[in-house]
Amino acid sequence: MAKKEYAFYPGCSSQLKGSASNYLTSVNSMCDTLDIKMTPIPDWNCCGASVSYAGAGELSRHVMNARNFALSAEHLPGQDVVATCAACWLGAKETKEKLDANSVLMADTNEALKEAGLHYKGGTEVRHMVEVLIEDVGYEGIAQPVVKPLEGIKFAGYVGCQTNRPFGIAGESFENPMYLDKMVETVGGEALTKYEQKVSCCGGALAFSEPDKSQKQIKQIVESAYDQGADMIVTPCPLCQANVEVYQSEINRKQGTRFNMPVAYYSQLLAVAYGASAKQAGLDGHIIKPTKLQEIAVKVVAKK
Amino acid sequence: MNAPNELNLVALSRYGNDFLREVEERVEDGEWVKMCMQCGVCAGSCPFGPHWEHSPQKIFMMIRAGKRDEVLKSDSMWMCTSCYNCVVRCPRKLPITQIMHGLATYANRLGLAPKMQPTRQWSLLFWDNCTKTGRVNELKLTLGLYFKDGLVSGIKQAWAMRNIGLGLLLAKRLNPFELIKGHECKDKAGIHRMLKKAQEIEAKRLGLGER
Repeated sequence: MAKKEYAFYPGCSSQLKGSASNYLTSVNSMCDTLDIKMTPIPDWNCCGASVSYAGAGELSRHVMNARNFALSAEHLPGQDVVATCAACWLGAKETKEKLDANSVLMADTNEALKEAGLHYKGGTEVRHMVEVLIEDVGYEGIAQPVVKPLEGIKFAGYVGCQTNRPFGIAGESFENPMYLDKMVETVGGEALTKYEQKVSCCGGALAFSEPDKSQKQIKQIVESAYDQGADMIVTPCPLCQANVEVYQSEINRKQGTRFNMPVAYYSQLLAVAYGASAKQAGLDGHIIKPTKLQEIAVKVVAKK
Repeated sequence: MNAPNELNLVALSRYGNDFLREVEERVEDGEWVKMCMQCGVCAGSCPFGPHWEHSPQKIFMMIRAGKRDEVLKSDSMWMCTSCYNCVVRCPRKLPITQIMHGLATYANRLGLAPKMQPTRQWSLLFWDNCTKTGRVNELKLTLGLYFKDGLVSGIKQAWAMRNIGLGLLLAKRLNPFELIKGHECKDKAGIHRMLKKAQEIEAKRLGLGER
């Protein structure tokens, strides 16, 4: 397989000791196996996420994203910008589409960027890691390096919102996207395709400002996984992961439930299936231990 | 920014009763508002639907009816979780999420947004936090939220969440040293300059402050 190279936009939560640092760990391991080279955009900045609108105007948000595009074009010319975080991807992609379509907005953006000594010519492609896997690597390519199929583990594929809407993954429906289930099956796991909270909202950033309303959402997301007989939830979104894992104890405390449902990233599944250790797959980064994945990660198998 | 300010007076004198035109000219994606055909799919698709005083569908009609105060002082838009469910389902393809954010931005600019609305405060904290160094400082952001209403309630909230904090610490997903120094961009100064410029340009484009 020829080496694939991308300009990596890892995002704030993935940084060392950040709330999704184990996501990054597993992505690195997965990409090593798949011969994908991810070079972080030098000095990348926050995208502003989806909840900064009270303080940020539209232009400020676009300028933040365009700064990353300009840095990427300067240092990693010709490479697609690839984000692992749903909000980073959405924010950056929205900016890309708006600037491509509106020359006034583009001129204003560049006038502001000049203050940071940068210029954005346009044309940057913004993609999610999931798109790289599905479109550039392909399901066959994903399956090829599997040495430890995730046999016997039942996964509730929780796609969530922002990896699915408004842009979504090409060829998938907004109401019932199948890529996550397909990915689970590709690495040997059992996908619970009837999991009905697949595209529900966990409250997103409002999990902080509206905890009770968000925890109501999270409760349904976890309950439904139990109803389907899931061993764990799997998601492509770092905020979904954090919200759905971290608040289970709060819901237990307030409502007397006994939730203890692990929530893993798709990249951790792939990493473990490719033979990564628990540490390499970021399995040590959970409050609720993904024991079934850990069991497979410690198994010794003959190298393919 | 929590009492009607000078910008609000100037906007009133400029637009008078024509709130629709005001929204079209000054709110992000506001030109889409008149495309709403009042089907209500947005209202039925919202995960926080029951908590909205006025659904997006109602907000759109209220804008056309010139209910300026009721819209801009409403806490409805602040209930948006940015799930984009309404956007993908809207038969007229209105960018509803973006319009709700835009209305919130505008209400806040004019000092009309409800001061104690938790998501308004959270949103301001977030923007301030991520632009200070160019990257989010998760610890300061979370503590900033807990302590927004003072020391006593902050300690209470932080105490209530202690087990989660400890869990994250053990999982190496929380760094106590972020209180002293977190992750940051090298060119903070450049980021500050470009954002200041962006705000100036946007204020001029929108004619904020012009009669």
